[in-house]
Amino acid sequence: MAELTYRDAVARGIAQEMARDPDVVFLGEDVAKAGGVFKATVGLYEQFGPLRVRDTPISEQAILGAAMGAAMTGLKPIAEIMFSDFFAVCFDYIANEFPKSRYMTNGQTKCPLVVRTGNGAGSRFGAQHSQSVENWCMMIPGLKVVAPSSPVDVIGLLAAAVRDPDPVIFLEHKSLYGTKGEVPDGEILDKLGTAKILRPGRDATIIALALMVPRALAAAERLAAEHGIDCEVIDVRSLVPLDTQTILGSVAKTHRCFSVEENPRLCGWGAEIMSIIADEAFYDLDGPLVRITTPHIPLPAADILEDAILPTVDRIVERVRRTLKA
Amino acid sequence: MDVLMPQLGETVSEGKITKWFKSAGDAVKAGDNLFEIETDKVTMEVPAIAPGTLSEIRVPVGAVAPVGAVVAIIAGEGGAAVTTSAAATGARPAPTASKPAPKAPAAAAVAQHAYRHSGPMDPFFEVRTPERNYGPAKLASGTFVTPLARRLAGENRIDLSRIQGSGPHGRIVAADVETVISSGAGRAGAAMATGASADQVKALYQGVDYEEVPLDGMRKTIAARLIEAKQTIPHFYLTTDVEVGAVMALREEANAGAAKNKDGEAAYKLSLNDFVIKALALALQRVPAANAVWAGDRILRFKHSDVGVAVAIEGGLLTPVIRNAEGKSLSAISSEMRELAGRARDKKLKPAEYQGGSAAISNLGMYGVREFAAIINPPHATILAVGASQRRPVEAEDGSVRFVSQMTVTLSCDHRVVDGALGAELLAAFKGLMESPVRMLV
Repeated sequence: MAELTYRDAVARGIAQEMARDPDVVFLGEDVAKAGGVFKATVGLYEQFGPLRVRDTPISEQAILGAAMGAAMTGLKPIAEIMFSDFFAVCFDYIANEFPKSRYMTNGQTKCPLVVRTGNGAGSRFGAQHSQSVENWCMMIPGLKVVAPSSPVDVIGLLAAAVRDPDPVIFLEHKSLYGTKGEVPDGEILDKLGTAKILRPGRDATIIALALMVPRALAAAERLAAEHGIDCEVIDVRSLVPLDTQTILGSVAKTHRCFSVEENPRLCGWGAEIMSIIADEAFYDLDGPLVRITTPHIPLPAADILEDAILPTVDRIVERVRRTLKA
Repeated sequence: MDVLMPQLGETVSEGKITKWFKSAGDAVKAGDNLFEIETDKVTMEVPAIAPGTLSEIRVPVGAVAPVGAVVAIIAGEGGAAVTTSAAATGARPAPTASKPAPKAPAAAAVAQHAYRHSGPMDPFFEVRTPERNYGPAKLASGTFVTPLARRLAGENRIDLSRIQGSGPHGRIVAADVETVISSGAGRAGAAMATGASADQVKALYQGVDYEEVPLDGMRKTIAARLIEAKQTIPHFYLTTDVEVGAVMALREEANAGAAKNKDGEAAYKLSLNDFVIKALALALQRVPAANAVWAGDRILRFKHSDVGVAVAIEGGLLTPVIRNAEGKSLSAISSEMRELAGRARDKKLKPAEYQGGSAAISNLGMYGVREFAAIINPPHATILAVGASQRRPVEAEDGSVRFVSQMTVTLSCDHRVVDGALGAELLAAFKGLMESPVRMLV
């Protein structure tokens, strides 16, 4: 057991899989010699050499095209797109190529790759380098989408993603890279499509993802201490496949549900989950389903503005308190 | 029937009419070509799918109409024109918009039926949407109820209308229902829930011979409804004596004068109860405020007098309703009552025939009962309990004693709807009509 940063967990997770399976290769911009712009891949180049850890030109299409070709011909590539916003310049691969190849060839070609990317806001990167694009990825049939919130989940879910036979979008949160958590020694392997109940509670369910998870947990502690409201906090972790059983089971117990989403409000991931809850657990609901999200606006670069628009602990506490006590 | 601009292809949103094969007023048969349309992709002829008369052409040659727009009207066969004015124009959505373009033009012209899914849609197959319904989110009183509260109330047979909501804006939430469940109160439709249990009662009769009679649906309904009535309707009772000499004489005379058919059967045979029905119906017209029922947060006041009449049948009773009784002749009431009572005894009444009405009559006179007070049959506001007609001594105007035919009636009133004076007014109107029955005929 050791305390590890989220950043170091990325490198450890990649190293674990590369050491285990010689078919796993890693490519991206400045990921090798420089150790990544977020320093999340330090040491891999030294450990595995230039053949398996490669710096690429500044072309996201080239990165994903190369990764797809490698995947179709027998390797298990991990490709890094530095900022998830850049998915937009290589979206043909993400939306049309990776997720469709197995289906359109009736299984003759497969696409076992992982796209890692720095997602999310909170680091003053402005409107084109701060977006939460989990909902862009969630909407495409054929893609799996995970977004871990803790170092141990980074390693376990990355391992599950690499070993999955289909393309997986792996969303690391830029503002979580510096956070720390306990990580057991030895191999860590988690399971895609599983949510985690991080804090059991009676009165309401709060579902959150990535950076919103620690905020939801802090809000739950304050709601319990100051307002006597006992919230269950679920880290969704995997948007596709989605662990509906854990979510619906929690709502069946608490009868109230809140989502805390960093993605913009329109068509955010919480909307889909709330829709499922409304369908499947309607008669378990004792109040409206409430989404706490970033508004539907481009993200500002100014620190006070960025802080103001992302869901905060204060906002979560206030919204839950007002909804339950109104 | 509306003739619509057909869907001509998945990406085509409008069509131009290039030719009308028929003129307004022409008769059309199914399959006749009606008009020709042109889109950026095709030109085609659109036939009629129903026969009739082309009564109106709304989109002339050369004009463009969106898919789903009404381009013409075909009046129904046999001259029964189908008016479509308000519904046809404006907001009707393109009915085939989500459906692939039909291959054959014959299917295209008039699309009256919206697209329906042929199979279940189940993208997240880990769980399946349960098909349950625990009633509306909004009660008649305007109170909202959360879905969970509705489910709890439904599963525990709790009457939501008696619960005060503690949620936002008075919304009934699960906690409110749970409070009622734990207190054991508020049960609806469960006669067994009140009073002692079967075991408790049987314990009192140990060693005694008895037969256990299971409850049928009618017995359960009677128990539940009368508990509801006695527990929720604030009853009060008004009793008066009615002289029925005049009405008996009129009845004799009317029955004696009834036409007979070739088998010697009279066209009608009025009973005293028929006069009671008619008199109560007319009295309700004279005191319209009493021709009403309680409806949670308001009173419904009726134009016509619909009078329920309790009919004893094997295993219980039913209360078929004579509608618009104020306007029906005594013979019509008599024959309708006989017919309804017969079918009630055969248990062949339709629910619509014993639902509704604002007042009821219960007559136990034929058993010699002098007087009694009846329980109001919800949702009615009053019920008139009619006793036996008897010869009774009364004081005449000159102070002497004379004998008259009298019956005693008791009006049970729902005080929420009918106050004391109003009930007395209704009873007085009834008494006046019965004692001077000629007024029922005019």
